[in-house]
Amino acid sequence: MAASVAFNPNPLPLSDTSLQRAKGPAPGIEIERTIDPLTNTENMVLNMGPQHPSTHGVLRLVLELDGETVTKCTPHIGYLHTGIEKTMENLSYYKALPLTDREDYLSNLCNNLAYSLAVEKLMGVEIPPRAQILRVLLNELERIASHMLWLGTHALDIGAMSVFFYCWQDRDRILEIKEHLSGVRTKTSWICPGGLRGDAPTGWMTRVKEFLDYFPERIQLYQGLLTNNPIWIERTRNVGVISGENAIAFGMGGPSLRASGVNLDLRKTNPYSSYEQFDFDVAVGQYGDVYDRYRVRIEELTQSHRICVQAWERMPDGPVRTSDRKIAPPPREELDTSMEALIHHFKLYTEGFHPPVGEAIGAVEGPRGEKAYYIVSDGSNKPYRVKIKGPSFYNLQALPHMVEGSMVADVVAAIGSIDIVLGDIDR
Amino acid sequence: MVDTDVRLGLTGSDLAIRDRQFKKDIARFENLPAVLNADNSPEVRALSEAGLAGEITATKRQSGQDFITVRKNRIVDILTVMRDHPDCRYDLVSDIFGVDLLGFDKEPRFEVIYSLYSIATHRRIVVKAEVDEDDPTIDTTVGVWRAAEWPEREMFDLFGIEFNDHPDLRRILMPDDWVGHPLRKDFPLGGEEVEFSHNVRDRLSPSLHDLEDGNVPGAHGHH
Amino acid sequence: MGVESNAGVLTASLNKLVNWARRNSLWPATFGLACCAIEMMASTDSRFDMSRFGSEAFRASPRQADVMIVAGRVCKKMAPVVRQVYDQMPEPKWVIAMGDCASNGGVFNNYAVVQGVDQIVPVDVYVPGCPPSPDGLIYAVMQLQKLVDKETFADRA
Repeated sequence: MAASVAFNPNPLPLSDTSLQRAKGPAPGIEIERTIDPLTNTENMVLNMGPQHPSTHGVLRLVLELDGETVTKCTPHIGYLHTGIEKTMENLSYYKALPLTDREDYLSNLCNNLAYSLAVEKLMGVEIPPRAQILRVLLNELERIASHMLWLGTHALDIGAMSVFFYCWQDRDRILEIKEHLSGVRTKTSWICPGGLRGDAPTGWMTRVKEFLDYFPERIQLYQGLLTNNPIWIERTRNVGVISGENAIAFGMGGPSLRASGVNLDLRKTNPYSSYEQFDFDVAVGQYGDVYDRYRVRIEELTQSHRICVQAWERMPDGPVRTSDRKIAPPPREELDTSMEALIHHFKLYTEGFHPPVGEAIGAVEGPRGEKAYYIVSDGSNKPYRVKIKGPSFYNLQALPHMVEGSMVADVVAAIGSIDIVLGDIDR
Repeated sequence: MVDTDVRLGLTGSDLAIRDRQFKKDIARFENLPAVLNADNSPEVRALSEAGLAGEITATKRQSGQDFITVRKNRIVDILTVMRDHPDCRYDLVSDIFGVDLLGFDKEPRFEVIYSLYSIATHRRIVVKAEVDEDDPTIDTTVGVWRAAEWPEREMFDLFGIEFNDHPDLRRILMPDDWVGHPLRKDFPLGGEEVEFSHNVRDRLSPSLHDLEDGNVPGAHGHH
Repeated sequence: MGVESNAGVLTASLNKLVNWARRNSLWPATFGLACCAIEMMASTDSRFDMSRFGSEAFRASPRQADVMIVAGRVCKKMAPVVRQVYDQMPEPKWVIAMGDCASNGGVFNNYAVVQGVDQIVPVDVYVPGCPPSPDGLIYAVMQLQKLVDKETFADRA
């Protein structure tokens, strides 16, 4: 009897357009309906997204359900494909930099740094120490801001709404710091090939220090709210489990990989931008479930704070941009007196610099995993090919493996815990 | 094809000046350290031990990174050596993607690039497989790392490179009925023509320059 | 409904009452696409607090929403979904195009991005910025409230 009933019986008359859209899945997506011979029932197909409050962006999940249990989970991506890589092939290296902010829009400065590292490797330039330490400070503040957003939205999905408001208070403080530095709350493009766009204005270091003094008690607050909360533990323990070997096979990275027991942090193993001078620990989990990913990220907040304090204390004086005029324009004061400086400024801002033919990889440890830019240069002022490695692309691939066999509510928890950003996945 | 040069209003003489300066800039890099070859790297030795040295067409060491270019026929064996050999142990996929070398005027046209990372030795290696335009197929490496499934779909979508024995080869980023492969160099960037005073568009009719199905209204408001 | 715009005192007062109710309880549909969605979420947090302007609840289902804030770049694959969600919203409904990408394609002038969501749905308020600060979005909601104030029954009949 069940096989003869239409899948979506709707007693109300549908309008023409609704009928057209309700005709079935879009072409190209085949869903195998499994019919259980014993009870003659079909599995139900549930479509989550692309417009959905818990998918953290425009992700579409097609879940095949047997009651409440997920038997098959198919992510469909591409709803945010912006063609950033192809657009960057038509812009000079400086002009392509703001596009890197918009790609993983929660860790803008980390993207900028990865891109800048790749370009600097191609050009063979050295970055002065103040720029390197400021880059570290900005990256760690960005990591804290990203984790605050992650914690707020993840807790909101699971049901803890007040955590959302507490976390965003702290995130707004960091965005105010970025606004004081650059004038923009989120997409600053402040880390550019050659150093930084500009130096910290007066009062900025004091502001950062105020935030760093205030932040540790907030970490205690979040720990107190969630870590030993029995409801939180019920919802997150043994949910979305992935073992270390599988995580490596799926190419995962960042806290999602570390929670499965793999000790890999690019800041420790392949340090860049003077990270080798900093003293911090790497949080590694054990069971690879949602709760461990939560614990790893909370611990990363403490470690990031530690790095920020060290960076603040040992901030040297000096220029924030390399003096190599192949890549960095001269300071504006020089333009009044030196003809050479004027020509460099003009050339670098209109046409840009020409790296030698070749390729380079710039990789940083972003809040979600390894963020790498692979730049192919053909010797012209525009990159020939930029491949952006988004860690969320590989983390999301592991989602079906994590949730098949668990319940629909666990899918929501698992998506939140791997901390995906659709801009990273679809580019 | 709307190029940024056209959009910025650059004329032929502007581009000629830029060309001359470009050639002068290239000459400035003559005193940089030469790009070395990486024939004595542990990865090449491992491939030689497995009898696959004949598949290597070129090696390069640039900016501290090794690149190995191979033929595509035995790519699965090559990558299995990369993953399993005790000197290599590249177990983590950093990225798998393609490059269209049409601008370099090189045969073969496409390169499938496997950028790998070793958790044990903290090293990176880049293995590039050459793929022709006439036969844009290559074996799938899903059996070596499960991470390869979606990147190969992405390459099929954006470049048109087909992967033999891939479990689910269909478009991933573009809509399912999209025609063409966007990241190829001969695919136009697309988009709208930027409006200047000499090409102002009629404001009364909706602007449908880039939508394929023109049956959606662009009418504004109901006030 | 049959109520014309030149009716008397009673319908004018009723009009004002209805407009007052609508403008002060504009419930947005969660339609955050990309980076602007983050600033839209920031406009609801305790610092910027859009709920004091009536947008108390962001409804996930378009059936229960009044205004669709298209926050972020609309890509070609997503365009039919935007239209479908807009169609599923019951009247009266408004659209705010938040950010440069939703207004006119923004930084991205290429094959993948629809150059402005007004090619798909009718837009009432455009908010410039990349992304607009949450203050900007709240200002846009205030402008929309002014627009709602000026509506009459004939507009929606």
